[in-house]
Amino acid sequence: MSATALPDAPVATASAAHVTPASAMPDVLPAVRPRGRVLTFIRRYPTIFAGGLLLAVILFIAVAAPLLGTTDPTALAPAKRTREPSMLYWFGTDMLGRDIYSRVLYGARVSLIVGFSVALLASVIGMVIGLVSGFVRWADSVIMRVMDGLMSIPPILLAIALMALTRGSVGNVVTAITIAEIPRVSRLVRGVVLSLREQPYVEAAVASGTRVPLIIWRHIVPNTLAPITVQATYICASAMITEAILSFIGAGTPPIIPSWGNIMAEGRALWQVKPYIVFFPAVFLSLTVLAVNLLGDGLRDALDPRMAKRV
Amino acid sequence: MLGYLTRRVLATIPVMAIVALFVFSLLYIAPGDPAAIIAGDQATPADVERIRAGLGLDRPFLIRFGEWLWQVLRGDLGVSIFTNLPVTRLIQQRLEPTVSLMVLTLILSIIVAVPMGVLAAWNQGTWIDRVIMVLAVFGFSVPVFVVGYLLAYVFALDGFGLGLDWFPVQGYTPLARGFGPWLSNLVLPSVALGGVYIALIARITRATMLEVLSQDYIRTAKAKGVGSRTVLFLHALKNAAVPIVTVIGIGVALLIGGAVVTESVFAIPGLGRLVVDAILRRDYPVIQGVVLLFSFVYVLVNLGVDLLYTVFDPRIRY
Repeated sequence: MSATALPDAPVATASAAHVTPASAMPDVLPAVRPRGRVLTFIRRYPTIFAGGLLLAVILFIAVAAPLLGTTDPTALAPAKRTREPSMLYWFGTDMLGRDIYSRVLYGARVSLIVGFSVALLASVIGMVIGLVSGFVRWADSVIMRVMDGLMSIPPILLAIALMALTRGSVGNVVTAITIAEIPRVSRLVRGVVLSLREQPYVEAAVASGTRVPLIIWRHIVPNTLAPITVQATYICASAMITEAILSFIGAGTPPIIPSWGNIMAEGRALWQVKPYIVFFPAVFLSLTVLAVNLLGDGLRDALDPRMAKRV
Repeated sequence: MLGYLTRRVLATIPVMAIVALFVFSLLYIAPGDPAAIIAGDQATPADVERIRAGLGLDRPFLIRFGEWLWQVLRGDLGVSIFTNLPVTRLIQQRLEPTVSLMVLTLILSIIVAVPMGVLAAWNQGTWIDRVIMVLAVFGFSVPVFVVGYLLAYVFALDGFGLGLDWFPVQGYTPLARGFGPWLSNLVLPSVALGGVYIALIARITRATMLEVLSQDYIRTAKAKGVGSRTVLFLHALKNAAVPIVTVIGIGVALLIGGAVVTESVFAIPGLGRLVVDAILRRDYPVIQGVVLLFSFVYVLVNLGVDLLYTVFDPRIRY
């Protein structure tokens, strides 16, 4: 994992080399054009760009949902139920006459909130557990046995078991998925911590009497950020799918909330005759997950070149 | 080897104990009153009390856990709140479709994914590699129920009018009624369920193969004139087997989670359906039983994978 620190080194020396001659010989170095920088970035990290752009569009849709020609996503209109997609109802209406276009757009909010919250919470909690596990010997074996146990329960089933005992709400869905995701982050952080502890600069810090909290803050945490960021994007993607699955089977967000999983669950009974009810949320869910996955793959290649060669 | 086997089998006991403890203690650590939530909104106080007593929530945690664990060890997973039938019987009735679906998916995925990964690694950097890797990203991104509906729409309902309606839309035919009908009902669910799994295995296969193909002995084999197919499948793949087998084992968790959804999409009366129905009725003993069973299977699969290492790599000695 020491490779995560490597990419910084050449960049730092390069910019240092730029500074000295630039002040002495101003005409030698060509001016950097901002447009060139953007193009270079796109060329170097096409997946980050594609994923980021797609995610930005979906984020915009979620935030600006009220401004995008939507109506109240929960407004019932029984007289206009199961209308096929048309100029009036872009994505059609469901069996209660609700406008699917509006429901799908508002559904982006639920998916993004769940995805981002789970990614953030699981990373932070997993990081704390991983740090404790990597530094406190006696706690390590206990924590890791518990994590082994948790990891033996397939994540979706774990979330289902948790949801069966609580009332459906976005908060409970986030909690359930977070608990299911924590073991993997803890393991990752623990692994990084254990390998970093053997690094000469950490040993030097220990030898010179630096206190453990400061070592963790200054030397360990910064080096775990890159792998955790990559892991967090994958957690975000899998949390969105898990949320949709939970809602789809009736164990997720309450039916009143227009989430993609809920819309698909409602369209399930009619899907053979009215496939569009299932189709539109399915496309949006897939595209959002794709965006996050692309971002994750790109970040992995950019942040950890050694990993990139392997996977 | 025997010593290792014993140690490895013994090591699964604490893991299973923690799984059991966790699945059991959920009843106690869940916010609010689980008895009231399970009973539902229309329940009378008497109903809630009956469920509380039925789940043993009125007795101390440790005593109840001891009793429950003893029951489970004797093969008794309790009684369903909704149907009043033993959970073990409900599971037995639903076992065949789920086992069929998962085994078929497993076989199908390995047959498709491993050659895909090998092909991508062999043609690294070419359009073949790119196409396979793009497919893998899509496999990770498109959720199993989306693939399921799409496949059913095209290959069962003939939604696009392509004349490809080869398979039944939904349902399950027991194996006892013939291999053909059994298989035709399971093809679409297996392909849908296999999507993520194939992506996962193909990626790992490609990555490991790339590493192995850069080894000296591969160059030697090529230099002495061994055919590329022999090099790939005999020299390289065998040496890449350990990580691939590991990921196949870990990925079984995806299959289990995905089976729950796939069975809902294709109306297969298996364990996944059982869990989904149990959730809608908040039948916790059933959920508990199925989660325990699946976790147990998952642990066993990964135990098996650990033992397989020695087959693929004789250098691994325990």
